[in-house]
Amino acid sequence: MSLSFLLLAVAALCALSFYFGRQRAVALSGGRHSNLHSLPAHYGAYTAAWCGIPALFLILIWYMFQGTVIETLIISDLPAEIVNDSGQLSLALNSISLIAAGNGEHLSVSPEIIDAGRRLGNLQTVANVALVVVILSAAVLGLAVSYRKIEAEMRARNNIERIARYVMIGCSAIAILSTVGIVFSLLFEAMHFFTKVSPLEFLFGLEWSPQTAIRDDQVASEGAFGAIPLFAGTLLITLIAMCVAVPIGLFSAIYMGEYASPKFRAVAKPALEILAGVPTVVYGFFAALTVAPFLRDNGAVLGLDVSSESALAAGLVMGVMIIPFVSSLSDDVMSQVPKSLRDGSYGLGATKSETIRNVIFPAALPGIVGAVLLAVSRAIGETMIVVMAAGLAANMTANPLQAVTTVTVQIVTLLVGDQEFDSAKTLSAFALGLVLFLVTLGLNVFALKVVQKYREKYD
Amino acid sequence: MAAVSQSAMTAEPSVEKPKMTARNLDLFYSDNQALFEVNLDIAEKQVTALIGPSGCGKSTFLRCMNRMNDTIDGVTIKGDVTLDGRDIYDKRIDVVQLRARIGMVFQKPNPFPKTIYDNVAYGPRIHGLVNSRDELDEIVMTSLERAGLLKEVKDRLQSPATGLSGGQQQRLCIARAVAVSPEVILMDEPCSALDPIATAKVEELIDELRSNYTIVIVTHSMQQAARVSQRTAFFHLGKLVEVGETDQIFTNPKDERTKGYITGRFG
Amino acid sequence: MTDMASLMEDRAAAKVISDNLRKPVDWDSPKIARNIKKRYAAERRFKIYGLAAIFLALTALFVLAGSIGSKGYSAFYQTYVQLEVTFDKSVIDPDGTGDPEVIGRANYDGLIKSALRERFPDVTARRDKRNLYGIVSGGASYDLRERVLENPSLIGQTRSVWLISGDDFDMLNKGYIDPAVPEGDRRLNDQEVGWYNELVADGAVDKQFHARFFTNGDSREPELAGIWGAAVGSFYTLIVTLALSFPIGVLAAIYLEEFAPKNRFTQIVEVNINNLAAVPSIVFGLLGLEVYLNVMHLPRSAPVVGGLTLALMTLPTIIIASRAAIKAVPPSIRQAALGLGASPVQTVTHHVLPLAMPGILTGTIIGMAQALGETAPLLMIGMVAFIVDVPGSALDPATVLPVQIYLWADSPERAFVEKTSAAIMVLLAFLVLMNGLAVYLRKKFERKW
Repeated sequence: MSLSFLLLAVAALCALSFYFGRQRAVALSGGRHSNLHSLPAHYGAYTAAWCGIPALFLILIWYMFQGTVIETLIISDLPAEIVNDSGQLSLALNSISLIAAGNGEHLSVSPEIIDAGRRLGNLQTVANVALVVVILSAAVLGLAVSYRKIEAEMRARNNIERIARYVMIGCSAIAILSTVGIVFSLLFEAMHFFTKVSPLEFLFGLEWSPQTAIRDDQVASEGAFGAIPLFAGTLLITLIAMCVAVPIGLFSAIYMGEYASPKFRAVAKPALEILAGVPTVVYGFFAALTVAPFLRDNGAVLGLDVSSESALAAGLVMGVMIIPFVSSLSDDVMSQVPKSLRDGSYGLGATKSETIRNVIFPAALPGIVGAVLLAVSRAIGETMIVVMAAGLAANMTANPLQAVTTVTVQIVTLLVGDQEFDSAKTLSAFALGLVLFLVTLGLNVFALKVVQKYREKYD
Repeated sequence: MAAVSQSAMTAEPSVEKPKMTARNLDLFYSDNQALFEVNLDIAEKQVTALIGPSGCGKSTFLRCMNRMNDTIDGVTIKGDVTLDGRDIYDKRIDVVQLRARIGMVFQKPNPFPKTIYDNVAYGPRIHGLVNSRDELDEIVMTSLERAGLLKEVKDRLQSPATGLSGGQQQRLCIARAVAVSPEVILMDEPCSALDPIATAKVEELIDELRSNYTIVIVTHSMQQAARVSQRTAFFHLGKLVEVGETDQIFTNPKDERTKGYITGRFG
Repeated sequence: MTDMASLMEDRAAAKVISDNLRKPVDWDSPKIARNIKKRYAAERRFKIYGLAAIFLALTALFVLAGSIGSKGYSAFYQTYVQLEVTFDKSVIDPDGTGDPEVIGRANYDGLIKSALRERFPDVTARRDKRNLYGIVSGGASYDLRERVLENPSLIGQTRSVWLISGDDFDMLNKGYIDPAVPEGDRRLNDQEVGWYNELVADGAVDKQFHARFFTNGDSREPELAGIWGAAVGSFYTLIVTLALSFPIGVLAAIYLEEFAPKNRFTQIVEVNINNLAAVPSIVFGLLGLEVYLNVMHLPRSAPVVGGLTLALMTLPTIIIASRAAIKAVPPSIRQAALGLGASPVQTVTHHVLPLAMPGILTGTIIGMAQALGETAPLLMIGMVAFIVDVPGSALDPATVLPVQIYLWADSPERAFVEKTSAAIMVLLAFLVLMNGLAVYLRKKFERKW
């Protein structure tokens, strides 16, 4: 709550400094705006920027480091035997934060922990107060300094425009920052994981059962981290999805683009696009509660043993989800085939379907391949459908009627619920995430390149 | 008043045994009329040139002759176009077959993104004109030969057609049209995208093809019309103003507008 | 062989095949006619494939909508059971204090139980009694309490009261439990079905609009569970997402479209934006978990963390849409403004941005709609906790609508199936609303330059 208060306070100070800056400029001008270099509002904006931007920046920095700094302070005061055992440490930190939040009455912990909890509570209070003081004084300081700098000859507009430019560059840099953030957080934890499990075993191992020992004396369950069954399951489901999405998407695009009357298109095209707007959790529910039982029951009638978490159900529904993706991308691509090629084919007496099959489709093929690759990348990264409709058991099978598991399913199951950080089990999720990121990134970069090259050819 | 004298003039120069005819042809794009009462005969095994300022309807008229306008939405056509005396807009006429009999070469060379061989083989394949690979080979070779391209490409029949130069591409398109043994070839400004040397080659080719095919060529270049055609028709604002022997049109035009155009006063 | 000789040979060979080709194609031959027929059949087939594809896709859409609609519509109604409840003074307010605090603490559950026992006096076995109490939901006692607090004069009287029923009875009344199946295979035994039939015969069972579904937070009891908590969580999350991604996205788009020089930095930014748009959403969840929770120690399960995570996800959508909108403003307008002596920043803020705003807003709404439907990354940052309370701020633990759907879909109770479907209907209604708004904006401000 104190954060929103602080933000409001800074906003109010900004408004105030805008007013002050403007007033001072008006006063300096002696009533004639032409005496000023810039408009009075520019001087106001100048002071407001100096008041607000450093303050906001400080808040950001503060929040990035407050938690870590306080945690380090707390840990440094804890007994060594707790600090050196990562399991105990995370338990202790948990209790400490509970105590600090005032919810620790029922905990039976050592007095050091209770002490630490109190200290944490104090530290947090101090930190919050300090934050408010630092931020507000920074804002006021900015206001005062910039106010005094205002003179009639000051190039306020140029100044404010330069500031605006830096702000815009900062905003653009966020795109880079998030990529860097993704890469580093995945790499960092994955490296951690690879100190426990060798990358070779992870990438080429054939057994996946991430249950590690909870207590030290449980030697029996070591946990196996061979991700091949996950990759195989992901590929199987992706393949099924593509078998649905590619032909249906492609033929829909062809019919929409080449045959449909404008009226038909006006209705059918948005209707198809609805499929893309449906949240994936809805597809997951549909797959798990409608499609999977339907397949299981009908399979039973035919004498087939269909698992109720079959790869087929998840794949079919995922395929439906991807149809509009494939169809709109290939529609784009095919409509870029120049009209002269169609004319050439019609002029030789080809029918519409012959023209499409023999001329338009081959001409658009690179673009369509790109579109399909983008769709594959989307299918690989899709999470909710498989979490809800695919299984958890890491089976190595090519039988679509059986249950398989996927990379994304495992990431979710490993990280949802209570987790001890630092265990190989939890860390393996980040290794899987890293693989997922790299594979989809590679597919996308490649596909975008293919599509771009294709576009250039016909532009 | 002027309209009466014109139509009297355009109805007159019919030819004996025309390959194709157009009678009272009107064409509308939605509500805009683009062709007005066009009457024209196309003589067999001759080159007929259609000339006129841009937007005069000569290309539109050309596209009526193999029903390419069918592929454009909102086009309506009144009047008759015949091939060997049969109305090509008749319901019983199959447009696919019609376009095989009346081939077309376009303004910009438009080879399909396939090999040279497959480009030429495309027509015979879809129309089922051949029974064996040997027969197809033969047709491809002959057609390339007729288009004067065989010598340049015979070592790279399997390389992509898009790798050819502009002039070669256009001659490939002509070979592609010839491969289905059409009776008439329509050419829509076939040299407008080519350099002078390539143009000369194509013109030479048109002249050679005349012995086997009836050719209608739209051109914006009067020199080209004079060089390659035996008959010339002058279009202006959607109307056929004058048609006659090429020599007569260029040396002794009867209509003032034709005279104005060929002497370069407008157009 | 010299060139000349080869040329001569070519010519000679060509002459021969030329003559072969000269024989015209007989277009009326039966072979050609057969071929034409075949080709037209292929044409028709091809067209049918296309239609079939669209038909299949639309069928999938209808089956999806139909299955959710048919499963979910019943959740908007709830079964109520009428009982004669004695508002026993000795239970509610034995000392006659009239103090609301005393009245509020009374054992209303006991009142309901005794009302049930009176209604079915022949039920004596403990097991059966427990089943009997299942007719009425555990939440009914709160209703009674409210009623008495509102109107203390009820104390000491006997009234017939409509009480919200338990989920199994609700399912039976809605027809989801079939009394025809063998007793062992259904959730209610024959005795319970008998009670139900008796109540129905007395006209003591009714269906009423289920307002709780819209006003309650989550609950373990399906009949008490509602979507309000999740809706508020979604609202806070989206506010945070919007507050971050809209200004940052628009500013970045303006920079890239209007000011950015063609240098390495710009190039890297563009590549990054395109790639981020295609990164699987769950990877953003991992980023959120690592950076916001593990490094920055922001509160787990809080909408603010969800919003921060989703903001990064929607940023590419907003940037790409905004750039397209800015690009669509014709250069002539910029030149006109610059020609009057406006600075580049003034040109953008006074002319380009207002003209591009409808397009930018459309893109933003679509991005927000995506964020509203997103589930996977929020699972990573702990927004899957079971949370009964409606969150009061963006820092309280909360869940969001799609995660609520995921949680309910995972619940074993039959009654949660209809709740899940109904929650999906509510979520889809919001999405339709947002997308409709986007379409309206686009139509209204569409401008052809």
